[in-house]
Amino acid sequence: MSNNDKQDDVGTTGHSWDGIEELNNPLPRWWVWILYLTIVWAIGYTIAYPAWPLVTGATEGVLGFSTRGQVQEDILRVEEQNADLLERLTTIDLAAVADDDELHGFAINAGSSIFAANCSQCHGRGAAGVQAGGYPNLLDDDWLWGGNIEEIVYTVTHGIRNEQSFDSRYSEMPKFGADEILIDDEITALVQHVRAISGQEHDAELATTGAELFLDNCASCHGDAGEGMAELGAPNLSDAIWLYGGDEETIYASIYNARFGVMPAWSEEYRAAGGLSAAEINAVAVYVHQLGGAQ
Amino acid sequence: MWEWTKVVAFGVITLLAALAASWARDLAFQVHAVIVMLVSAGMFIWSVRGLDEAPAPLPSGYEDGVIRYGVIATAFWGLAGFLVGTFIAFQLAFPALNFEFLQGFGNFGRLRPLHTSAVIFAFGGNALICTSFYIVQRTSAARLWGGNLGWFVFWGYNLFIVLAATGYLLGATQSKEYAEPEWYVDIWLTIVWVAYLAVFVGTILKRKEPHIYVANWFFLAFIVTIAMLHLVNNLSIPVSLLGSKSVQVFSGVQDAMTQWWYGHNAVGFFLTAGFLGMMYYFVPKQAEKPVFSYKLSIIHFWALIFLYIWAGPHHLHYTALPDWASTLGMVFSIVLWMPSWGGMINGLMTLSGAWDKIRTDPIIRMMVISLGFYGMSTFEGPMMSIRAVNSLSHYTDWTIGHVHSGALGWNGMITFSALYFLTPRLWGRASLYSLRLVNWHFWLATIGIILYAASMWVTGIMEGLMWREVDAQGFLVNSFADTVQAKFPMLVVRGLGGVLYLTGAIIMCYNLWMTAFGKQQTAAVADDSAIPAE
Repeated sequence: MSNNDKQDDVGTTGHSWDGIEELNNPLPRWWVWILYLTIVWAIGYTIAYPAWPLVTGATEGVLGFSTRGQVQEDILRVEEQNADLLERLTTIDLAAVADDDELHGFAINAGSSIFAANCSQCHGRGAAGVQAGGYPNLLDDDWLWGGNIEEIVYTVTHGIRNEQSFDSRYSEMPKFGADEILIDDEITALVQHVRAISGQEHDAELATTGAELFLDNCASCHGDAGEGMAELGAPNLSDAIWLYGGDEETIYASIYNARFGVMPAWSEEYRAAGGLSAAEINAVAVYVHQLGGAQ
Repeated sequence: MWEWTKVVAFGVITLLAALAASWARDLAFQVHAVIVMLVSAGMFIWSVRGLDEAPAPLPSGYEDGVIRYGVIATAFWGLAGFLVGTFIAFQLAFPALNFEFLQGFGNFGRLRPLHTSAVIFAFGGNALICTSFYIVQRTSAARLWGGNLGWFVFWGYNLFIVLAATGYLLGATQSKEYAEPEWYVDIWLTIVWVAYLAVFVGTILKRKEPHIYVANWFFLAFIVTIAMLHLVNNLSIPVSLLGSKSVQVFSGVQDAMTQWWYGHNAVGFFLTAGFLGMMYYFVPKQAEKPVFSYKLSIIHFWALIFLYIWAGPHHLHYTALPDWASTLGMVFSIVLWMPSWGGMINGLMTLSGAWDKIRTDPIIRMMVISLGFYGMSTFEGPMMSIRAVNSLSHYTDWTIGHVHSGALGWNGMITFSALYFLTPRLWGRASLYSLRLVNWHFWLATIGIILYAASMWVTGIMEGLMWREVDAQGFLVNSFADTVQAKFPMLVVRGLGGVLYLTGAIIMCYNLWMTAFGKQQTAAVADDSAIPAE
């Protein structure tokens, strides 16, 4: 092989370790030149960009580049481009947004993006919630705290059962079992009544007992027929839609320990970092409102 | 006198460890104290029983016993690390594998550092220690310095690994990537590492060769630099001397910078310089050819050592780190490209004139593919350190793919070929049990790496593009969950790559086991394996 001849030409350094010798080949020229090239480039680059530390700061680079500036530029460009639409979104009557095609499209795009980044973790990417997990489905017409657009804005702004906003939606169901308000048999009877009004298989005799207990203990919030009350966030118990589950075991657990679902207040007023502006809240409300069963 | 000192010391340590175990403030510390107590009690009994024995005559020749143990430990920890890695790869694809009964010790968060430390420090570390002991003796023509100190390094290092691994499972971590072990485990490693340095330098000092071989420069650079990195990055104050928790001395961006100065040079000096030391011995030995260029080895050694230490900030582009530091990290990374490639050129050119052996010798083939992956990773690394590229690749699976093409391809393959080289020689066998099985290992591992790296490139770039995708009005198009869903098929492919790589390693262990026990495949089959591979 030609390589062998070449190697024989250069000879070895004359050392030998455990039989290993070293040839006296020169540095490959291409290797040296690329190394020099990267060094020259490096010097140029460090002149152009912030690089060398000094006593109290660092060289700023002749191009005036900074990573923060780069991000700021991107944000400003988009904000400028959307300034007019954002302004209109904060001032317009939200019920009328749907009539303004340009603004409506913008609000849905913005709302969809805000929803993906902030809301999808609990409510799901498609807003279908988590079945039986206590994360409400936003696609149906069953609303805990009301589903018209102003109410959605309020819920997003202040959240539910949190300590961030004094105006957060708040209500608390008693722990009928854990706090010994009702005894075990009574809860069992109530479960059968709830099964009855939601049109599920049930024990008719127990359900009759349960009906009386329901009027005494539950109807003040859930309504006489269990139809729910949006002012108190009390769910409708007479439909087939369940937040935590409609089987006997889950209903029993809901009555025994009660539930206390929470949602953060999303307004930037209550969140130092990552809060939403008024325009953003309006956008996400418009987005959620047009998903399906809004009122 | 020395014998009695040892007995007393082990007795005292056992007692102190027992006290520490009973007063421990947390479970991890308690378990560690019990481990130390048991080890020390065992040493106590062993040294008491050795009191009557006449001192053994001074041994001569090379110290190979500790290297044999090192080979076994390397193979064992390799299997353990690959197995955990494959399992957590599937945990990422199928989160249900984070079983309820595993919560608190076997979920992804606990197993991930177990995997990284098992492959880097247990598999890689044992490989480096045993090969460096082998190489420094041969190339210095001298017995390992320090008598039993070499054994202390081996057992002490493996005790460190057991303490680190059990600590991760029990939740004792200082949350620094690749530097997770808590303060007392760090102190123990420091003691072991100083002993390692002493044994290595001691052997070089009493060498009978006029010059120090290039492999030993790399090993020495690795040992000294790792000592410095370990000490600075682990500066912390224990909350209690009887508990595992400690508080870092640095905080905020200083802590991040220290961590990635450490983290990047764990790659640079542990996984690059140390393994180049292995390469510089085993490649010329196996090929029976002289090293291509002495000049290149000098220049690329010093360039590599000088440049690597500055490259860490490229892990922190677009963070709280000042722009100037980020620029310097990037610039040094790019200048590092050719110095890194110097090792690849020297290795591959050493094989020139022996290219025919690629067809007949699967060990040479492993070395070639190892150098190939080394070259690819050391090109990919500088490229990913460029700010614009990094803004796409950072935090994505591309980084994971990059790391694994280096770790599985370069570190894994060069270590496997070293183990195949060492085992017949250390156990005094004429040859390996089966070259055909080496060939199987080679192909399984190579295809495994390709599946791993290719799937991570695809999914990493896709992830980066999805994260930055905005619509005409500047709104983000995808949620994080969208990227997770889109990655699923590639995560499965990655797991399958891991299965292939693990299978190859199991075949290797079987082959080494049979070799050590002096088995030979029947002549007909052995002949068969000498036929050039397709």
